[in-house]
Amino acid sequence: MRSRVAITGMGIISAIGSTVEENFDALVSKRPGISFLENFSSRHASEIKVGEIKRTNEELQQLLGLPAENTFTRTSMLGAYAAAQAVKAAGIKDLNDVRAGLISSTSVGGMDFTEKHYRQYLNHPEFQKYIESHHAGDSSNKIAHYLGLKGFVSTISTACSSAANAIMLGAGMIEQGYLDRVVVGGTDALSKFTVNGFKTLMILSDADNMPFDQERKGLNLGEAAAYLVLESDEVVKRKKREVLAYVAGYGNANDAYHQTASSENGEGAYLAMKEAFEKAGIEPHEIGYVNAHGTATPNNDLSEGRALLRIFDKVPAFSSTKAFTGHTLAAAAAVEAVYSVLALQRGIVFPNLNFRRPMEEFNLIPQTEPVSKELKYVLSNSFGFGGNCSTLIFSKTGTHE
Amino acid sequence: MEALKQELKERIIEVLNLEDITPADIQDTEALFGDGLGLDSIDALELIVLLDKEYGIKLADPKQGKEIFQSVETMAQFIAENRTKL
Amino acid sequence: MYAINKFINIQKDAIFENGICLFKNEEDGFSAFMKRVYKERGINYPKFYKMDDLCKLAFIAAELLLGDEEEKDIALLLSNREASLDTDLKHQQTIQDAAAYFPSPAVFVYTLPNITIGEISIRHALKSESAFFIAERFPAERMQQYAQYLLKTKKAVKVLCGWVHFLNGEYRADFYLVETHGNIAHTIENINEITK
Repeated sequence: MRSRVAITGMGIISAIGSTVEENFDALVSKRPGISFLENFSSRHASEIKVGEIKRTNEELQQLLGLPAENTFTRTSMLGAYAAAQAVKAAGIKDLNDVRAGLISSTSVGGMDFTEKHYRQYLNHPEFQKYIESHHAGDSSNKIAHYLGLKGFVSTISTACSSAANAIMLGAGMIEQGYLDRVVVGGTDALSKFTVNGFKTLMILSDADNMPFDQERKGLNLGEAAAYLVLESDEVVKRKKREVLAYVAGYGNANDAYHQTASSENGEGAYLAMKEAFEKAGIEPHEIGYVNAHGTATPNNDLSEGRALLRIFDKVPAFSSTKAFTGHTLAAAAAVEAVYSVLALQRGIVFPNLNFRRPMEEFNLIPQTEPVSKELKYVLSNSFGFGGNCSTLIFSKTGTHE
Repeated sequence: MEALKQELKERIIEVLNLEDITPADIQDTEALFGDGLGLDSIDALELIVLLDKEYGIKLADPKQGKEIFQSVETMAQFIAENRTKL
Repeated sequence: MYAINKFINIQKDAIFENGICLFKNEEDGFSAFMKRVYKERGINYPKFYKMDDLCKLAFIAAELLLGDEEEKDIALLLSNREASLDTDLKHQQTIQDAAAYFPSPAVFVYTLPNITIGEISIRHALKSESAFFIAERFPAERMQQYAQYLLKTKKAVKVLCGWVHFLNGEYRADFYLVETHGNIAHTIENINEITK
């Protein structure tokens, strides 16, 4: 019989907190982490707002207890920090006492450091060590090494749906019996590369992002890292783990429309959600809360809104938490998975900040205040460039096939 | 104005990688977007960069592009009136 | 149980289908070579010219592999070692000089490796599951497991697996299609042979 996929630990660092509790507290107190860029200089600094983690790289190095000589970049430091938090929260003493793995995601990789230092390589050989840290796989290896993991390590890079795909793959591997335990999630740091790139696509907002609002003008980039520990039924039983929630269903589909824009009727989103329901073996009306992708770009919110209306007879309470954290790219789905699990556990629907006017195309009004609600299933959407659409469904108790 | 339109057609072909098209293929008043040349939203953004780079015009709002980029004619008109680079 | 019927290898000097040479490259650089293949196959898809080199490579490999394939439920699993580094460098160059600062939206759009999947999906109207893995070399075992999993659980009818590499003018692509029946058994040995 196929194992259920239990979530036994979570770790997170984002613009609204360095622990799961800090993040929860900010969400229910409506305290967003959107501000102006401070950690590095940018010509766009006064024109954009971001979800920046107010900790310098030096502080992160100290927090992690890294030796002075290291090649961790901000992305891998954030990742190591959150992943270690998750492993600790799960009560794991020896990560390798069962078949274990790490599936991490990133889009920035070590770019945040290499873009700082590449001009100095010739005259300052001491920075050349970061060249090896540039590629996406390095951050995963660094995290695995920091955790002392000896098993399977993989890196997924599918833009803003990366972490959802990492969670999906991890869940699949547990269900099919390839692994007993897997740490899954993603990490991305802010960098000039992404700030400048997104600016040229003209989808950044110079104000606090307003998901699903008629006046929304774009997204705020953010940085974060978040990881979940997934374990099989057998490990949960043997170790007498407290299960936080289960990964009940998941789906991934391609919008097949455009490299970066979403289709008019949200086809990819609709198909991903449909598949997730089939996998979970539940009907849409059983979902109590949808944590939307909701980036606050004119395009996404319209497309996603349409997809929600297509799949739900009555759209349940929904919100985008990106008004708190910004859009954290490859980490987004993992950050929002943590929030989805918190919602389930504590019976609370988190608010969609900065909402004033419903979009004129349809009548969708997000939850604007935190509210207590008994929840059985929570759905989380993450849609990435390249048409990669992913949906995750979390449940309080496991569902069997 | 004719010289500007010719220049625009050459630049559009270059910047948007319109491989099998020559300036003679683009009519002055032909729709650039939609059915015309079949350009998309990223092409529109590239044209905004083109306005800045070659003609010194900065567009703050991408939605302005809809009017300006209707055709080579409307583009040339807009550039002639607003250029800060010669 | 599962098998491969067709595979495409694109290298600097030639393109092979099931080990047999389809196109030979005399002295052309990458762009010219791909353009020649595009023209000779009679492909009519102007968006091809807007793609970055990594996507052009993936597009041509998929085009040759899928040909007139009618099945639409084909999952896409691609991988490489350098993600979109070649285009990342081009983007970096457009933002590095403060005096001549003109980032290109068309270039930035390609600074993600999974846009290769997006382009193939758009071209062949595939709304299937997909993933892009970063690894030192082709992750044969993982690909085999994942493909098998997708077919077994009926999440896809066929699975396209591939390695697509492009960096500083150096390139190669190894694409193969996994199906329920076929000539070449879907084993790790055979996958390694195809992608070696």
